Amino acid sequence: MQTTHARRYATNAVMTTLTAACAFFAVAVLVLILGYIAYRGLGAISFQFLIETPKPVGEGGGIGNAILGTLILLAMACVVGMPFGIATGIYLAEYGAGRFASLVRFLTDTLTGIPSILVGVFVYTIIVLPMKQFSAMAGGVALAVIMIPIVARTTEEMIRLVPASLREGALALGAPQWRVTTGVVLPAAASGIVTGAMLAVARVSGETAPLLFTAFGSRFFNVYLDQPMASLTVQIYNYAISPYDEWHAQAWAATLILMTLILVINITVRFFTRQKV
Amino acid sequence: MERHRHLDYDLDNMRNRVLLLGGKTETALARAMFALVERDTAAAEEVLRDDDQIDQLELEIDRLCIDVLALRQPAARDLRFVVSVAKVTPILERIADHACNIARAAIDLNDEPQLKFFAELPRMAALASAMLRAALDAFTTGNAAEARNVIDGDDEIDALYEHMFQTLIALMSSDPTTTGRGARLLLIAKHLERVGDYVTDICELTVYMAEAAFIKHSN
Amino acid sequence: MIEPRAAVPQAEQQQATAQAKVSVRELNFFYGAAQALFNISLDISERLVMAFIGPSGCGKSTFLRTLNRMNDTIPGTRATGEVLIDGEDIYAPGLNVVDLRRRVGMVFQKSNPFPKSIFDNVAYGLRINRLTTNKTELQDRVQQALEDAAIWSEVKDRLKASALGLSGGQQQRLCIARALAVRPEVLLMDEPASALDPIATQKIEELIVELKKQYTIVIVTHNMQQAARVSDVTAFFWLGKLIEVNATEKMFTNPNEKLTEDYITGRFG
Repeated sequence: MQTTHARRYATNAVMTTLTAACAFFAVAVLVLILGYIAYRGLGAISFQFLIETPKPVGEGGGIGNAILGTLILLAMACVVGMPFGIATGIYLAEYGAGRFASLVRFLTDTLTGIPSILVGVFVYTIIVLPMKQFSAMAGGVALAVIMIPIVARTTEEMIRLVPASLREGALALGAPQWRVTTGVVLPAAASGIVTGAMLAVARVSGETAPLLFTAFGSRFFNVYLDQPMASLTVQIYNYAISPYDEWHAQAWAATLILMTLILVINITVRFFTRQKV
Repeated sequence: MERHRHLDYDLDNMRNRVLLLGGKTETALARAMFALVERDTAAAEEVLRDDDQIDQLELEIDRLCIDVLALRQPAARDLRFVVSVAKVTPILERIADHACNIARAAIDLNDEPQLKFFAELPRMAALASAMLRAALDAFTTGNAAEARNVIDGDDEIDALYEHMFQTLIALMSSDPTTTGRGARLLLIAKHLERVGDYVTDICELTVYMAEAAFIKHSN
Repeated sequence: MIEPRAAVPQAEQQQATAQAKVSVRELNFFYGAAQALFNISLDISERLVMAFIGPSGCGKSTFLRTLNRMNDTIPGTRATGEVLIDGEDIYAPGLNVVDLRRRVGMVFQKSNPFPKSIFDNVAYGLRINRLTTNKTELQDRVQQALEDAAIWSEVKDRLKASALGLSGGQQQRLCIARALAVRPEVLLMDEPASALDPIATQKIEELIVELKKQYTIVIVTHNMQQAARVSDVTAFFWLGKLIEVNATEKMFTNPNEKLTEDYITGRFG
């Protein structure tokens, strides 16, 4: 009796310590990464760096065009990807009972796991080659293609979380199905859908590979969607593989900016989800 | 389909207490009449002494009924049983009170010379006792047919009472010295007549309990 | 000599047949291949409360949901027979289900306010069905419904607040207000107080008794005392069959059927 107790206490103490240690280790790695990026990146950041375009080595220059490019690319990805993703999610959750829906669900799951570089190659084939030039539009579409399955599945999950009793309540008041979906189910699932969407944005904002063959990159400020466009990730990639210390420093700084951007997106998500009823 | 319920335990307990109360009431009535007929004052005093137990039993059954109603919320057959028990108990207690009154009258009469032997009185008492016993049997077994039979017996008690009443009035008006004893005997007859009525009430409750039919005040 | 009281409710019932609000004729109901209701015939009178009692899975909720065709939302269900409301078969082809559900309101076991403001919850049915023509009328109807559901005084200062901030009992009364707003003729209540504490339950029960002056109410309940307290007529279901319908006082003092008696006295194994 006594020994059983003692052993239970000991097991408990050991397990608690172990899990705490693992948690500490996981957080420590994250803090180290963030700290190191901040340490390496902060030095190169200045107001000029944030608004200027890249210049040749030794002349300073900045990533203003890349920040703008990333924002435009993300906006485009949202405009293209969100409606498709959310609509697919609604379909799967509200009407998705048949064989076709199962197929769609299987394909979206598969699509989620596809390496993003393949998406880049795919968009390169269907948009860049016919247009005979790299373009922001192609980049946006590539990011959108990555977003769609993520948004679709989170939307479906969130809509499924809306209790059936809520639907029944609306149906019992004489509401037709589509009004139940738009008027009751979507508002109830809104905060969850927004969270899913924002996380998808955060996910694609870190993508480099699909942009290499599509938006390509640019050394200039560009707002035209049929032109190549700079982005933070591609800029970081290019600077990081260069042989110059100055560009290496700028890559670190750009990384810090990208991290901050993702952080801002995440905080916005938290803010939105907390505001909702 | 039937299974053991906590309620069944309570209802059985109530049924047993009512039987016990009924038995004590029967004994009291029989003993009071014995005291009168056999001019046995000691038996009469015994009746008065034992009445306390009957009162205690009545209180106990009252409490049981209230507890079961409050805690078990009986329905249908069970509800009718509990309500009937709650109504039968004070009736039995009142029958016992009549037995006490007969015993007191017997004590007083036993101090004086016997007026005259009235055969109606033991006959009424025997009838009332038999009716009471039959009514209690019908009640505890929920036998409505038997209860209806018992009710019919009351007519005979009423007839005997009426006959006794005429005889005593005639006696008292012819010989004023008999008035005191005559009035006491008349009261005893009245007590027995009331017992007959109460037994009828018990039978009516039995019919309600068994069939949910109200036969009181219906003829 | 003996006049059994049983004769009275029977007479009442025959009278009720003549003016039944809802009249069910030989209704059978299936979940796929499994039959859930067997040959149910029942009349529900206007301005009375009818309670459905019976053990879990006896079909009482299923039956309730056939009365406004809520079962239609479950795939693979099928009903045969007739459900007449004011003489009109609600299972007739071409019947407008949306209109039916406006006439036959429903309150559910678990309160299900929409994640909207208190006002918007009650206004939902009015807006969906375009029952009001202007803002003042909408506000009046919302207020009226909240008053009828005996919750107006508790929420009148926070109509714009989220309905999810209300207590469980208030949420359920809000749901009743939401159902009342469209002025249904029949109100179906599926165990409306089963998730509430005794005080909130009492409020709902008092409300039901108050509402029967204007509405025909059908309530499913697991709580037999509740059925006894609020209903005029009680129907007992068992294994998908309607065993007995009777005046509530008759049902709880002297039911006709042995099965009913066994159930309400707790003798069911």
